[in-house]
Amino acid sequence: MSDVIPQGRRPRHLTPARIGVYAFLITAALFFLLPLWIMVVTSLKPMDEIRLGNIIAWPQALTFEAWTKAWSSACTGLECNGISVGFWNSVRILIPSVICSIIVGAVNGYALSFWRVKGANILFGVLLLGAFIPYQVFLYPLVRIFSMTGVYNSLLCIVIVHVIFGLPTMTLLFRNYYASLPIELFKAARIDGGGFWTIFFRVMLPMSTPMLVVATILQVTGIWNDFIFGLTFAGRENLPMTVQLNNIVHSTQGERAYNVDMAATMLAALVPLVVYFVSGRWFVRGIAAGAVKG
Amino acid sequence: MSTVSVRDVTVSFESFRVFDGLSLDINEGEFIVLLGPSGCGKSTLLNAIAGLLDVASGQIWIDGKNVTWEEPKDRGIAMVFQSYALYPRMSVRENMSFGLKMAKTPKPEIEKRVAQAAELLQITHLLDRKPDQLSGGQRQRVAIGRALVRDAAVFLFDEPLSNLDAKLRNELRVEIKRLHAKLGKTTMVYVTHDQIEAMTLADRIVVLKDQQIQQIGSPDEIYRRPANLFVAGFVGSPQMNFIKGRIEVTGSGHEFVSGKRRLPLAGYHFTLSPQAGEDVVLGVRPEHLDIVEAGIWPGFKVDIVEPMGADTVIWCSDGEGSIQVRTSGSKRAARGDALSLGIDPDQVSLFSAATGERL
Amino acid sequence: MSTVSLRAPSISPATAPPRRRLLTRLPAAFALLPTALIVLIVYIGCMLWTVRLSFTSSTLLPKLDWVGLAQYSRLFANDRFLTSAENIVIFGFLFISGCLILGFLLAVFIDQNVRGEGLFRTLFLYPYAMSFVVTGVAWQWFLNPGLGLQKLVRDMGFPNFTFDWLVNQDMAIYTIVIAGLWHGSGLTMAILLAGLRGVDNDLWKAARVDGVPTWRVYASIILPLLRPMIVTATVLLATGVVKLYDLVVAMTLGGPGIATEVPAKFVMDHLFERNNIALGTAAATIMLVAVISILAPWVYMKYVRREGRHA
Repeated sequence: MSDVIPQGRRPRHLTPARIGVYAFLITAALFFLLPLWIMVVTSLKPMDEIRLGNIIAWPQALTFEAWTKAWSSACTGLECNGISVGFWNSVRILIPSVICSIIVGAVNGYALSFWRVKGANILFGVLLLGAFIPYQVFLYPLVRIFSMTGVYNSLLCIVIVHVIFGLPTMTLLFRNYYASLPIELFKAARIDGGGFWTIFFRVMLPMSTPMLVVATILQVTGIWNDFIFGLTFAGRENLPMTVQLNNIVHSTQGERAYNVDMAATMLAALVPLVVYFVSGRWFVRGIAAGAVKG
Repeated sequence: MSTVSVRDVTVSFESFRVFDGLSLDINEGEFIVLLGPSGCGKSTLLNAIAGLLDVASGQIWIDGKNVTWEEPKDRGIAMVFQSYALYPRMSVRENMSFGLKMAKTPKPEIEKRVAQAAELLQITHLLDRKPDQLSGGQRQRVAIGRALVRDAAVFLFDEPLSNLDAKLRNELRVEIKRLHAKLGKTTMVYVTHDQIEAMTLADRIVVLKDQQIQQIGSPDEIYRRPANLFVAGFVGSPQMNFIKGRIEVTGSGHEFVSGKRRLPLAGYHFTLSPQAGEDVVLGVRPEHLDIVEAGIWPGFKVDIVEPMGADTVIWCSDGEGSIQVRTSGSKRAARGDALSLGIDPDQVSLFSAATGERL
Repeated sequence: MSTVSLRAPSISPATAPPRRRLLTRLPAAFALLPTALIVLIVYIGCMLWTVRLSFTSSTLLPKLDWVGLAQYSRLFANDRFLTSAENIVIFGFLFISGCLILGFLLAVFIDQNVRGEGLFRTLFLYPYAMSFVVTGVAWQWFLNPGLGLQKLVRDMGFPNFTFDWLVNQDMAIYTIVIAGLWHGSGLTMAILLAGLRGVDNDLWKAARVDGVPTWRVYASIILPLLRPMIVTATVLLATGVVKLYDLVVAMTLGGPGIATEVPAKFVMDHLFERNNIALGTAAATIMLVAVISILAPWVYMKYVRREGRHA
């Protein structure tokens, strides 16, 4: 027995295990941070420094020139108006797509969880399976349908596509949320004489704020980050930011301006990053809710 | 000699002190129940004894050894939890032997102990099942079995019956009591908020409230001589009647007065001597009131009758407040009947209205 | 009264209540109609159309002739497609297992009551908020041998250091895996961490009283409990694998040569650039079949078997 009388708190030592935990976490954090760091410092360097210098070093001659260039004069193919064009296109696509897909999802979720409509379960099942089918299976016939109806390559077209392919997640999200509410609430509203729309607007929608927030986070990041639909359906005039960014990076004219590429990349990442950092835990909640749990 | 001794222990979360200098001695083979409402600190105290929670100051001794800094596994304790905490996807046998395997106990010894414990708890036929194939009661038996094989000097129970329905709760309660008797010298510390479990199981009950020990005593003491208003109100169902009044000194001694109700206190054993005119609260358990022909408190009328089978609770009032009387189940009464109540002064409790302490 | 319409129809003698019931439900059916049409036309109609086109000889414009399995035999003789298929298997296996292992480790280490937990969690998950295009461009820049990681290490005093995976035919697909891990393992971490936080605290206490070492608790007790979360994460990651397109386009454009081609890109190229609709839709149909054959056992386990047990 030692001379010290054990009393009070157990003495804690910085054990090797504890050091290992932090070492692992810090290494992992560096792995996740490194690309972002490199993007930022590269975008702030002049090209000479990039060619000669160290990729992870802080710029010696700090300049925002690349950012201005990326925003207003970088070449996306033949035109050289910068990525700002893509930014505003993305905004124009984003706003109606997010609003429409959430409204449709909320109404669907509500109808599916409270109203026993014949065949609704089959509808929901097919919709859910549809979420797993690769988009490539639908794309060509969709293009044909849109060309036949004359809306192909337009803002309307890309918004419709986003609503269509947002359906499974949005419906699932709201269906699960409404299913978690007590059914007595709906019964009470029915007994009080509420109809389909009255109950939706007066009872259910006011209770849906958390899901509306989650759905908005999910759709804003999802639609902003979309590449394949924008490329296929938006048309040359409405190409979203992701497509424009890809064009800038892979444009073959002249020497590649890495600083401009990185500035453009940062600009394209800005909106979802802001959404992520502002929304915090809601973001995780969104992913968890969007995951098919059945 | 005491097996468990909590000496001047302080437990704190962040800057909030849960206990401040709490001491408690538990004798060998004793069944101690920590009783109190949720948030009173009873589980915290149990976790501190188990070593699942660090104490900020003070010492904890188990079996003559200072274990304040010991890991739970080295304290000679076993523990049973409210949510059973059975290891999922391990069979009952694996659940019971896992701890022994970790302690590198020889295989034949493990098998022997598991078989013995299973026999004792009548779960031998369940040994190869998985927890999700068991009912709640069976799960808790297995959890007790897992504690049993540890051959510990002290058993800690953290609300073990709270997740079970009423019938199973009664069954397992008796089972635990039988187990304690069979094991002989094993000390048991049992946390619950259920006063019936406390009354039926305990050798001694420790009543806690707001992280303070309110009273330590045998179930009988706790029930008949509650140390303060909280203990009096917390233990017993239906609840003790509380009547506000004051003490008057008459020729024959002290007398309790509340409006026109009076009660001579000749047979009452005062703990603290009362002052004349002091404001007090009289506590009378419903079963210590009698319905008699010409009682000391006449003029009551029946409000509500609650037949409960073995006995009947009658709510009555005399215009100054409502009183519950517990009487035999065969007694018939109807709303509006006139009643006269008799009281045995030896069975009542008096509390100071100012401090709530027993007089 | 609306309460009447909630009762079973057999109670009411007249035909009025059922009709009433139909009327009150009409708006609900009406609200679901657009979705039903979309499901019918897009999800089912377009899918069947694609499958049908794969049996034709369509090139620039769709034809409705019948050439049997001709496109499929061409497909399986096509180097580009075979490479794509091989790549998606390599990527799928490494990406899913990598994300699960890394995500589990991150979740467990974060769960050790560490300081700055929120900061670590934020850092591990932020890549998931960014698009695959951004991810691809960032990693392409970091891994390019001329100015990126290889040059960095060489300048640090290791002149013979070589890391040219991005431009190496045999290794390029693994750079896509690295970028994918960077993007997706935070998601796995978040899902598994939520699972860890849901574990009954008493279980940890019981294990401590039994003297079970921490690593053993994770391996023998916690991991089996996390199975539903692991399944969820796997399904989520697997859908990401099938859709893998943007990342490749942004990072390697399928190169060097055809080293990083993937099925989704094969379909897109043949549909919209190479004017070979029939071959493109045949490849899309193969993707569909592959997905269904992966999905079917999961759906069976999750829904059919469960119903069977209840019956």
